[in-house]
Amino acid sequence: MIFLKSFVIGGLICIIGQLLMDLTNHKITPSHILVGFVSLGVILSASGLYQPLVDFAGAGATVPLTGFGHVLAQGTIEQVQINGLLGVFRGGVSAAAVGITAAVVFGYLTALAFKPKS
Amino acid sequence: MKDWNGVIMVEVKDSQPDEIKIKNYDNLVNKQKPGPSVAKNVFWAFITGGCICLVGQIFLNLYSSGGLPLEEAAAASSATLVFISALLTGVGYYDRITKLGGAGGIVPITGFANAMVAPAMEYRTEGMVMGVGAKLFSIAGPVLIYGIITAWLAGLIYYLLI
Repeated sequence: MIFLKSFVIGGLICIIGQLLMDLTNHKITPSHILVGFVSLGVILSASGLYQPLVDFAGAGATVPLTGFGHVLAQGTIEQVQINGLLGVFRGGVSAAAVGITAAVVFGYLTALAFKPKS
Repeated sequence: MKDWNGVIMVEVKDSQPDEIKIKNYDNLVNKQKPGPSVAKNVFWAFITGGCICLVGQIFLNLYSSGGLPLEEAAAASSATLVFISALLTGVGYYDRITKLGGAGGIVPITGFANAMVAPAMEYRTEGMVMGVGAKLFSIAGPVLIYGIITAWLAGLIYYLLI
């Protein structure tokens, strides 16, 4: 059941991105989508609206980039509770460290290992 | 009016202001474009995005049944997807996913990894620093900057409220 839910919710989140691009005549580019979805994820998560979606759909909510924003926001809030003002600065990136480091390391290695097809 | 050869040039008076001309041109271009049907794009975005999240869910279940708490399992699952996506980009296969799936291939974390690797590969000839190093972050940079700033603001508001 969780597989169906993550498929449907993940798909629906992607539909929002597709509509944003198609209905604006592609004035909204993929880069705008990525930046916008991360920020949107942070805002939704900080307002307490994203956690219910994660509980409901699992990877359907964590895999889209809004899920990355969710990690940033939750990490920050958690750190603020422990460390106060310093936590405002520490939280986001420390929580997202796994994703960021994975992206940098795997990205760097593949960029070195492969040549682009022309 | 004469040009430098002494040939008389006829000035063409154009009654339409530029804005209208540009608008007409845009309309013309849009008419000529092979209209990609929005419904079809939306359908494939749903299928593609759904499938990527489904794969993520399979890894998430695998990791959490291996004993990781849910949050950690989700992070590990995302990292795995990033690895797969970087590899698919390397062999030139991820392009096909985005071509078919549109936002379905862009919005998931795999699209983020693709946006890092593809330009880094392409600009490798410009060197290890300004080529690979800089281009890895050409899209990841803005994403991290806006993500971190929004999270910082959210944290500050939360700090001031509690």
